[in-house]
Amino acid sequence: METIIKERIKEVKKGNAQAFEDIVSFYQNKVYFICFRMIGNKQEAEDLAQEAFIRAYTNLDSFDERRKFSTWLYRIATNLTIDRIRKKKPDYYLDAEIRGTDGLDMYDQLAMDEALPEEQVENLELRGYIQTEITALPPKYRSVIVLRFLEELSLQEISEVLDMPVGTVKTRIHRGREILRTKLRHV
Amino acid sequence: MRCEKDIIYLMHKYLDEALTDEEQRILSNHLQRCEDCQRHFHELKRTDTLASDKSKITTSRSFTDSVMSNIPQNKNRASWLGWFRHHPLVSAAAVFMLLMVSGIFSAWNQDSQVTVSKQEGVVIEEGTVVVPKDVVVDGDLVVRNGDLRVDGHIDGDVTLINGQFIDDDPSEAPEGEELQAYVSGELNYVNQIFEWVWYHAKNFVGEVFSMQEKESPE
Repeated sequence: METIIKERIKEVKKGNAQAFEDIVSFYQNKVYFICFRMIGNKQEAEDLAQEAFIRAYTNLDSFDERRKFSTWLYRIATNLTIDRIRKKKPDYYLDAEIRGTDGLDMYDQLAMDEALPEEQVENLELRGYIQTEITALPPKYRSVIVLRFLEELSLQEISEVLDMPVGTVKTRIHRGREILRTKLRHV
Repeated sequence: MRCEKDIIYLMHKYLDEALTDEEQRILSNHLQRCEDCQRHFHELKRTDTLASDKSKITTSRSFTDSVMSNIPQNKNRASWLGWFRHHPLVSAAAVFMLLMVSGIFSAWNQDSQVTVSKQEGVVIEEGTVVVPKDVVVDGDLVVRNGDLRVDGHIDGDVTLINGQFIDDDPSEAPEGEELQAYVSGELNYVNQIFEWVWYHAKNFVGEVFSMQEKESPE
């Protein structure tokens, strides 16, 4: 897959903008996952993910082709999301839960219209709860652990995306995971 | 729940997929004996599984179209700009040269009017600057775009830009002692554009050095 993506990047650099479409289709859900897990709101996550792709396109000339494209793209997405979180009001933690639940509640409502079996409804509620707890994590743990939850990057790659030492990445994942464990153990 | 931190560290290492065979053995041995750690381990694994669940976390159907309609389609312009971005020194030098050259040319072509640096007692007649008989100009004189006739006296250097020194005998310019009769300093002509540049460069260097002299304690 990496080689196909590399081909596409070369085409885009040559001036074929349409070749970028394949890149977007391939990475959209991964980028969206990062944004959504960090910000906890569907609409905002979609905006951020789109913005990340547009930035990647406009800055493609500065992408070093010897490096891995995914790490570069995730770095753009993560930085955009961190910026967005920072720009929010400091009372973010208080309304974080509402936001998180909000997005997924509406989602739940939509799904429930289709009369889901009880078990699945419970499952959706659990999803909302998990997201709320992730969004409630302090941002410095959130970005690291969300990249880990993507289950695609090595610790070394996460450290490259976030531009921090591998040791810091490890400790933050462990701390974040422990916090989440205590929150999720009873559900 | 009071098990050593080491075991919990190994659990995290397991979830980070970084356990060595030896560590794997230590961990599983311990888990067989310790129920609290088993529970802890189970909770951690479950946390990872729940948080990594990607079902339902998908973009809307219009996502790709939306991105594609928002990107600038003309990439050529961007690559052209990209060249400048990748060669900042060359770009800076080009801009500098452009400004320099245009500055010099505009200064050269600025006006074809006769100008003279000192006005007192000096008369301008039909493109000729005249220093009348009984007038003594105190200091240097610069005449631009005009000829200079000195009937009186100039106490300093004379610079003629785009002009001639007019004498009673028009065939040749005055030199040496003959010149001393009118001008006590040097006589400079600036007629070509390169001389004009040279003149400015000389002036500039002169200013720099005179500033240094002023700054020095002597």
